[in-house]
Amino acid sequence: MTFEEIVFWSLVLVSGFAALMVVISRSPIASALYLILNFFCLAGLYLTLNAQFIAVVHIIVYAGAIMVLFLFVIMLLNLQDETKLRERMNWKSFAAIALSILFLIELFYIFIIKTPTPKIPIHPSSKEIGTVEYLGKILFTEFLFPFELTSILLIAAIIGAVVLAKKKFELTD
Amino acid sequence: MIPLNYYLLFAAFLFSVGVVGVLIRRNAIIVFMCIELMLNSVNLTFIAFSAFMGNAIGQMFVFFVMTVAAAEAAVGLAIIIALFRNKKTINIDQINLLKW
Repeated sequence: MTFEEIVFWSLVLVSGFAALMVVISRSPIASALYLILNFFCLAGLYLTLNAQFIAVVHIIVYAGAIMVLFLFVIMLLNLQDETKLRERMNWKSFAAIALSILFLIELFYIFIIKTPTPKIPIHPSSKEIGTVEYLGKILFTEFLFPFELTSILLIAAIIGAVVLAKKKFELTD
Repeated sequence: MIPLNYYLLFAAFLFSVGVVGVLIRRNAIIVFMCIELMLNSVNLTFIAFSAFMGNAIGQMFVFFVMTVAAAEAAVGLAIIIALFRNKKTINIDQINLLKW
């Protein structure tokens, strides 16, 4: 095994384990922390693909901003742990799991048998593509309009969050 | 050398785990986290293709997906807080206002 393969497989194992634990673990806090572990491993995988800028942005935005928001909400709501997953499993859950495994097998079938990808190494120009300089250049030329549109999206999200969190809704049962 | 296939298969696995989480968990916040998991698996696919094709558009797309994910998390968590204030629960079995 080369060094590259060892890094890849360890990242994949930890990340897959963390993803499973997000679904399995009982307390929401544990789920959130496992999700953060998963994000760090994914950032490592991005680095193995020479996407340095995306890897750093991923850690800042996901682990730094979104997950902190999640943890804040979990702590604000002061939830009790769910009852044991095994006790709440009914036929619907098993059907859901079976369908998801079927979906996974379908995807594997597509990726392995139907579209055999050539065994090529990572494109040599990807080293330069992943840098801030290159991505910044095309972000502010080719992708300027979508970039400006995201500002509208973000301001809508901010206003929406403030309005929703402030207003008292009158719900009738 | 890691072939492109391995990244795609791992992304498919992560996506399926996210689907299982959305379908079997009843806590709205954990359902939300599983949606983030699915978004991330798609991001991994984008970046893998971008690196193996030597094309930067995949990475730009990931950039915008992250923006949308941040906006979605902010609004979604605000909705969860508003729901919790009224219903005193975020169990999605008991939130059935829109159920026909």
